[in-house]
Amino acid sequence: MSRKISSTKDSGPKVDRRKFLTGVAVAGAAGAMTPQAANATVAAGAATARVPSALPPTAWTVAAETGTPQKDLARIGGVAGSDFMVDVIKTLDIKYLPSNCASSFRGIHESLINYGNNKMPEFLTCTHEESGVGMGHGYFKVTGKPLMTLCHGTVGLQHASMAIYNAWCDRVPVIVVGGNDLDAAHRPPGVPTVHSAQDINALVRDFTKWDDTPVSLQHFAQSMVRAYKISMTPPYGPVAISLDAGLQQEPVKHHNGEKLYIPKYTPTSAPQGDTNAVREAARLLAGAERPVIVVDRAARTENGVRLLVQLAEALQARVVDMGARMNFPKNHHLSAGIAVVNNADVIIGMELTDFWAVVNSFIDNGDHGIGINQTKIKPETKLISINSVDLNTKANYQDFQRFQAVDVAMAADAETTLPSLIEAVKSAIQNDRKAAIAKRGEAAKKAHTEVRERTRQAAALAWDASPISTARMSMEIWGHIKDLDWSLVAQTGNVSNWPHRLWPMEKHHHWLGHSGGYGVGYGIAAAVGAALANRDLGRFSVNIQGDGDLMYAPGVMWTAAKHKIPLLTVMHNNRGYHQELMHVQRLSSFRNRVASLGGDIGPIGTSIMNPDIEYHKLAESMGWWAKGPITDPEKLGPAIREAVAVVKSGQPALLNVWTQPR
Amino acid sequence: MSHQMFRVVLAALAAGVVLGHGPALAADAAKGKAAFMKYGCWQCHGIEGQGSAITSAGKVLAPDPMPLETFVAFVRSTDRAMPPYSEKVLPNEDLADMHAYLSAIPKPKDYKSIPLLRQ
Repeated sequence: MSRKISSTKDSGPKVDRRKFLTGVAVAGAAGAMTPQAANATVAAGAATARVPSALPPTAWTVAAETGTPQKDLARIGGVAGSDFMVDVIKTLDIKYLPSNCASSFRGIHESLINYGNNKMPEFLTCTHEESGVGMGHGYFKVTGKPLMTLCHGTVGLQHASMAIYNAWCDRVPVIVVGGNDLDAAHRPPGVPTVHSAQDINALVRDFTKWDDTPVSLQHFAQSMVRAYKISMTPPYGPVAISLDAGLQQEPVKHHNGEKLYIPKYTPTSAPQGDTNAVREAARLLAGAERPVIVVDRAARTENGVRLLVQLAEALQARVVDMGARMNFPKNHHLSAGIAVVNNADVIIGMELTDFWAVVNSFIDNGDHGIGINQTKIKPETKLISINSVDLNTKANYQDFQRFQAVDVAMAADAETTLPSLIEAVKSAIQNDRKAAIAKRGEAAKKAHTEVRERTRQAAALAWDASPISTARMSMEIWGHIKDLDWSLVAQTGNVSNWPHRLWPMEKHHHWLGHSGGYGVGYGIAAAVGAALANRDLGRFSVNIQGDGDLMYAPGVMWTAAKHKIPLLTVMHNNRGYHQELMHVQRLSSFRNRVASLGGDIGPIGTSIMNPDIEYHKLAESMGWWAKGPITDPEKLGPAIREAVAVVKSGQPALLNVWTQPR
Repeated sequence: MSHQMFRVVLAALAAGVVLGHGPALAADAAKGKAAFMKYGCWQCHGIEGQGSAITSAGKVLAPDPMPLETFVAFVRSTDRAMPPYSEKVLPNEDLADMHAYLSAIPKPKDYKSIPLLRQ
């Protein structure tokens, strides 16, 4: 934003932010909070012209910086604009602000910790912007409340962008506020100018729900509340606000009796399925012989889990949980694997990331590198979709997956629609169908029991192997957390889904889901953010951590130690980028070549070994209790016992475990 | 005969050749483990052939691997998730050694004898 637009000789309308702000008073329109900044007396007159910081200091500057101040200088000539920003932020009930500090938001940074007393939000020191967003991502999935993070102009937002994309794909709100300095004529030359942009939010516009660049304090107040509101309306998503450096640093001014106000935040109710569509869906489900419910992000809360159980039990329908959230109890007799869709006659998909992939298969084994597509269902199978993501309209990034035609489509929030759907299903079930439905339930119980038996026997394979099997590792962890109020906050290491198959997951916080965008580096940051939330709720957090993921931004471990965030992290250290390792192997086979290993165990460029990374030492260096490497399965249980005790005392702990590949 | 079936039959014949000659009879489990690692089989199937719900659709190779003929035929001709391995890349002798390795892996304990799995 230009600071001196009025200096132009253009005879057209003039917009002078200084004059606009002059005389503006603050009043809390919401009535709930009276901004402290509103009561400040603002000195009249223009602010001192800014001098580029890269120039040699003047004699006055030298004296000011080396001499003893004779009086309170009150250099800004009134109340800082960023103090008012803090007043706005405080109305939104944002508890933490994980951020990496930067000059472009120094104004609001100073206001947050001094004027705002570093409470609501509390600044948490991060060593990477990706970590700040990732922490907000994990925190939301525990609490249902978003965090705010601050990003430095351009480079900071660039660092944050992968994590923002993960949040976008995972339908998670994060309030991203970035610093920027728009006034090319007056901003400091050199680095601050390199770190400025005309439209900085363009960088993340394709994967944020909304963004804005406020040009006045009142504009900021409206944008901040609007951003929060948009991000918190399903489908949830990240939002971005760009903060001009001048706007942060200039004083609040009064103008013609106009008063600054903070708009009241009123949550927007989530979109609910159309009545007729709900009725038609219920009719199809009630009349089905083999209905299947497939869920991905259907349960946003614990209540969502309860509602899904009610729907499933009303129909005695098998439920396939795709795992983006903990939607359905894994020990319920109706919980099933994806194979049940093959024989379904009606499938209802709720908040699915990829409906196409639920009812089709893609085999990466076709001629010339083109995959084989095959349908898994019968032509007459009816498909129903409830998905709030149908309301998103972004086109560039392809997270919406392939188009899947369905018979009933509701652009609606599944959890909000479930109560009416359950009632409609109960009404639609004819009395003569009830015996068949009950029989379906009995068959499901038998099948569920058989699957659990087979799964446990499969877990016994390689039980004593070294490197340690992922089944053994998962169950050794389980043995020490089963009596706690536990939360599996991240499992980025692809451990063959053993926790989901063997642990009795039944509560929404037992599993928080994956990254969404599969951007590597999510795991440890989201785990720390989720553990922060669980700390405040008195829960025990456990993270099964991939080795490759940890090395993207491991500095968040220091953040965990610094802010005393208890978290048990067990490394799934298979010493490689295993997904990529398999891809190179696959292509080598297709091309009739032996993959070159170069002295490692995986193809060149995919192994993380020679030397092996000592993750336990890395963690120790950042203030964690840690132990490793653990290669003997008999030594794993005792090590976990020690680590759990440390975490219970309020500290983070890491075990470096050498594991089987998956 | 479909192209796929033709490939299976050819592969089965190749396996027969293996079985009918010395290398198969002299299959070496230790060499087989080295080959299992060298050719990347462990990546999806686990170092002990235990399989993975993610990378091998839960299918396990050991203990009790499929008969050698079927094993060879599948490796040569698979058009499912696993890429095919030609003889140029993976010689019959190495395949036979791998089969010996998988055959030598002991049976797992009954899960009911493992306290952590009995819970």
